Amino acid sequence: MATNNPIEKQAKKRAALTDTNLLLIITIAVFVIMYVCAVVFLGKGFAKPQTFFNILNENASLIILSCGMSLVMITGGIDISVGQVTALVCMSCAVHLDFNGGNVFTAMLIALGIGLAFGLVQGILVAYLNIQPFIVTLAGMFFAKGMTTIINATQFNVENEEFVALKSTRLTVPGMGSTNKLGEYVPAYVEIGVVVALVVVVVLFCLLRWTKLGRNFYAVGGNNQSANMLGINVKFTKFMAHLLCGLSAGIGGFVFFLHVGSGSPSHAAGAEMNAIASSIIGGTMLTGGVGNIAGTFFGVLSLSTIKNIVASLGLDEAWWTNITVAAMLCIFLLLQSVILANKNKSKK
Amino acid sequence: MELGAVLEMRGICKYFPGVRALEHVDFTLREGEIHALMGENGAGKSTLIKVLTGVYPKDGGDIHLLGHDQAVNIRSPQDAQNMGISTVYQEITLCPNLTVAENMYIGRTKGALTNWKKMNTEAGKLLDSLGIPALPAQQLGSCSIAVQQMVAIARAVDMECKVLILDEPTSSLDEQEVEKLFGLMRSLKEKGVGIIFVTHFLEQVYEVCDRITVLRDGKLVGEYVIEDLPRVQLVSKMLGKEFDDMAEIKSESDTDNIDYNGTPVYEAHQLAGTTGIKPFDFSIHKGEVNGFTGLLGSGRSECVRAIFGADKTTGGKVMIDGKEVKINKPLDAMKNGISYLPEDRKRDGIVGDLSVRDNIILALQVMKGFFRPFTRAQAEAFADEYIKMLNIKTASSDTPIKSLSGGNQQKVILARWLLANPVYLILDEPTRGIDIGTKVEIQKLVLKLAAEGKSVTFISSEIDEMIRTCSRLVVMRDGKVVGELKGDDLNQNKIMATIAGGEE
Amino acid sequence: MAASQNSLKAKGSGENFFSRLIHNQLFIPIAALAVLVLFNLIADPSFFALSLDKNSAGDPVLSGYLVTILDNASELAILAIGMTLVTSASGGQDISVGSAIAIAGSVVLRVLCGTDSRPTALQAPIIVAFIICVLVSMAFGAFNGVLVAYFKIQPMVATLILFTAGRSIAAWINNNELPVISDPSFGYYGNFIPGIPIPTPVFIAIACMIIIALVLKFTNLRLFSQSVGINPHSSRLNGINPEVVKLITFIILGVCVAVAGFIKVSRLSTINYSVVAKDIEMDVILAVALGGNALGGGKFNMTASIIGAYVIQFLTTTLFKFKVSSNAISAYKAVVVIILVVLSAPIVREKLTELRKKLVPEKSVKEAA
Repeated sequence: MATNNPIEKQAKKRAALTDTNLLLIITIAVFVIMYVCAVVFLGKGFAKPQTFFNILNENASLIILSCGMSLVMITGGIDISVGQVTALVCMSCAVHLDFNGGNVFTAMLIALGIGLAFGLVQGILVAYLNIQPFIVTLAGMFFAKGMTTIINATQFNVENEEFVALKSTRLTVPGMGSTNKLGEYVPAYVEIGVVVALVVVVVLFCLLRWTKLGRNFYAVGGNNQSANMLGINVKFTKFMAHLLCGLSAGIGGFVFFLHVGSGSPSHAAGAEMNAIASSIIGGTMLTGGVGNIAGTFFGVLSLSTIKNIVASLGLDEAWWTNITVAAMLCIFLLLQSVILANKNKSKK
Repeated sequence: MELGAVLEMRGICKYFPGVRALEHVDFTLREGEIHALMGENGAGKSTLIKVLTGVYPKDGGDIHLLGHDQAVNIRSPQDAQNMGISTVYQEITLCPNLTVAENMYIGRTKGALTNWKKMNTEAGKLLDSLGIPALPAQQLGSCSIAVQQMVAIARAVDMECKVLILDEPTSSLDEQEVEKLFGLMRSLKEKGVGIIFVTHFLEQVYEVCDRITVLRDGKLVGEYVIEDLPRVQLVSKMLGKEFDDMAEIKSESDTDNIDYNGTPVYEAHQLAGTTGIKPFDFSIHKGEVNGFTGLLGSGRSECVRAIFGADKTTGGKVMIDGKEVKINKPLDAMKNGISYLPEDRKRDGIVGDLSVRDNIILALQVMKGFFRPFTRAQAEAFADEYIKMLNIKTASSDTPIKSLSGGNQQKVILARWLLANPVYLILDEPTRGIDIGTKVEIQKLVLKLAAEGKSVTFISSEIDEMIRTCSRLVVMRDGKVVGELKGDDLNQNKIMATIAGGEE
Repeated sequence: MAASQNSLKAKGSGENFFSRLIHNQLFIPIAALAVLVLFNLIADPSFFALSLDKNSAGDPVLSGYLVTILDNASELAILAIGMTLVTSASGGQDISVGSAIAIAGSVVLRVLCGTDSRPTALQAPIIVAFIICVLVSMAFGAFNGVLVAYFKIQPMVATLILFTAGRSIAAWINNNELPVISDPSFGYYGNFIPGIPIPTPVFIAIACMIIIALVLKFTNLRLFSQSVGINPHSSRLNGINPEVVKLITFIILGVCVAVAGFIKVSRLSTINYSVVAKDIEMDVILAVALGGNALGGGKFNMTASIIGAYVIQFLTTTLFKFKVSSNAISAYKAVVVIILVVLSAPIVREKLTELRKKLVPEKSVKEAA
């Protein structure tokens, strides 16, 4: 085949632009434009690296939850239990540390155990019993919510020394610090949770990109009958997606716990919606088969940046953030719907 | 096993509730041959293929494969793949969201990791060697349907299969692409692969195949070497009529009272649709029964769907009683007195969970309007009247329609459209998949309706049904109207010759 | 031989009666109700005690757990009506009803209060406030409906948008103030009308049921939405516009939300945006499921859904009585939901039928012997 064939050149151009890449580019562009605008119009606060790191610190657990959510959404499902599972993890760990005299390591195991248990049960119900994922995880959400209250109904701060030490550990980022009003140099820092979140992002990114299981997620989400014909175990693939999502809810829950250092039934309320919104903004399609962990990461950043912008505009009442989030969600959903409709049309 | 055979199926049986889909069918595929599997709708081609590829479990018979001492048991599509049976389906069974290369290798590579570079290089080589104009890294969904189809074939080819099944792969390809595909098939044949080729295009069969196996009504009609079976013979085997069987005499229903010079009840000029049919002219007069005929996939259903507004129309003029009207959606057609009994009863006809009564009144109810429902008593009266009139066998009018037999479901849908009291009734394969008795009842009913002054379009895969009921036949091939037959031309030989086209 | 045939026949008819009973859609909700009644009778019969007290205004009112159930289930029953229709036509559920109630309530208060958050007199007639509230709710219902019907987004995901933003929009409508209505006549709708000892919401719920019964009788809503839910392809070929039908069901749910929201704010004469009607969507969906309606759409039984709503409230009140905290209740309900969906999953049903087939022949052999 001749390489100077114009048709082929055109094809090559299109080759790079898969749906996933297209949506990823949109997301990154949205984030960059938003951040640059914030720096230009809202002044120095946003220019400081620490502002960016604080966004990471605040949202480490959301990043992890969103990554798990993206996995499920790529296979064409959804998991709305992650927020309440986070609350349950926080409460269980808090009670374990302060009332039962446990140590941090066992607390971590509890967190992972809870996440896996939810992933396991929900995965079986969705994949092997073929029940709508929304209903299953809605029940999971309410179960976790109820259990949290049953374990302990009130908020309290954890005082376990080992834990408090871990919680207040700050990792300095060299060369990113700034001088404060008194002229002292304040080093920039991130919390441990951020490192965990970045590791999760990298691991899941690699999983989706280079492993067979990861590619099977896309195939199942793209067309699960075709996937079956292509020799993929569709049920197992769906099950694994839910299991991994549950696991990441466990990890995310612990990271959240590490950030807030307390147990409360109202922790992480609405986190599932933020996770879904981040995934959608990050270019994961609800219909499945399209999405990218890198996109999800930028989705979370976009979402939290817009929240910060809303706050620094003086519109710090909670309703403005929710309304902006919903509006953003709506726009991205419509965008996806339109892309999908166009594709179907062009095929016919 | 026969010498040189790669696959032997012996006495294959498959039953679905109430249907014998396959009865003791034999099939032999030899090394390095292209073997056409032919038959009309419901003949059992796709069931046979699904049994062979492990989609359906068989209810009887043995499958022998070269290299296996004993009869093999194929439990799933994966099993079939592992045993060297690859399939390319008519509908593309690939994932449009993945890249071309991934679609070629997913689900059959070993190891947990994907080596993109190696995969893309290998895929690139294979695509080049087969002359498929696609790039490995391209998203499959951005390729044309034809290219997607060829990627599916490339995947099958790369699996070093002994048996390659091509289930209507050419229906979406243009001539050049078909030529490419044939080149590919011939080179595989030289490598010793046995190819099962399912198609409705007769020209293609005669161009590329070595042997033909014909099925009809789930039974084997015979296996023929291509040179021994002229085209017209093939058509007659598929339709189950001997070519020289001149018997049929036009039924007594006399067509003299149709006024062909008057204004047609329905008239279309250059009606065009989005479903791949060429623009066509058509008209029908009061009291006339006409038919669209042609093999499956020739566009006969698409034509009537366009008339009813079931699919989007893209151009043309429609006149009812000489007045121009716009028919954009089914409701427009219904309000103009057109009724349409769809070909696919399950998908487009019945509303499964609803009662027989609700299914009967549905169309009339919609026409009457949202705010004017029939009372229970009215609905009961309608339902009882038609259940009695059409002799529908149902426990009560409250029974969900899905629990009725196919023939009775069809009668319910027929009742629905008769109740709507149309001037022009379109029946697309009303006799498919139902018992003989009901078939005859429906044909009688069609003639009776015509005598009452209604116009009817009647489509059937069975030519003698058409001859018995229709006074005029529109013959279609490959989405085009290729002829119109009436009067003395309405006989088996002429119809088959027109359908077959080409040389006699 | 003859004897065994006879016994088979007898058994057949017996099974018919039994299976007819079981397959009647009203069976599950009524059975669940019976179980709850029985449980309370055994645990503490005083649950059913009724007494005629005087309320703070000095009017005679009925009180007791049963009255509480009837009263509190009103909003649930009203919402179940709309949710049943949405489920039937679109094969999914609306999860934004709780948020939408917050909006509806907020609109009512805004209209009644005008610019002052503590008005001494009503700034507009109550009927005007109610009508505006209905219109606004219908608009939000239409928003959901358009996303579902025309943009083909799954109902639960499409309604996620309003679920996220609803309570914030509600707060925004009143500038995040908490208006309080002091006029006692506004409280009549959520509490008692002086002189009538039965809570007003009960009457409103009954009125809604009568209206929906009339609508189902005098329009083709039932036939159309069921057809669309069961088979959109053949509905279209019969001249129904599936998109419009779906949109209409969402708008009707909007009206139900408006009525429920109106009752909610009238109960307290004020509103708490983040708490009002919280998690009510779960209860409503549960009511529809408990009524034996397929959550995947299609045929529905309105009576069963409404009874389902009362059963849910019965369960909630029972749990409350046994001092289960309001948040922990959700865990119990989640277990009920899971049991219900698992039992109604096609795969499980098939397995159960197989199991029964395996068991029944043995049984009949035994009987014959």
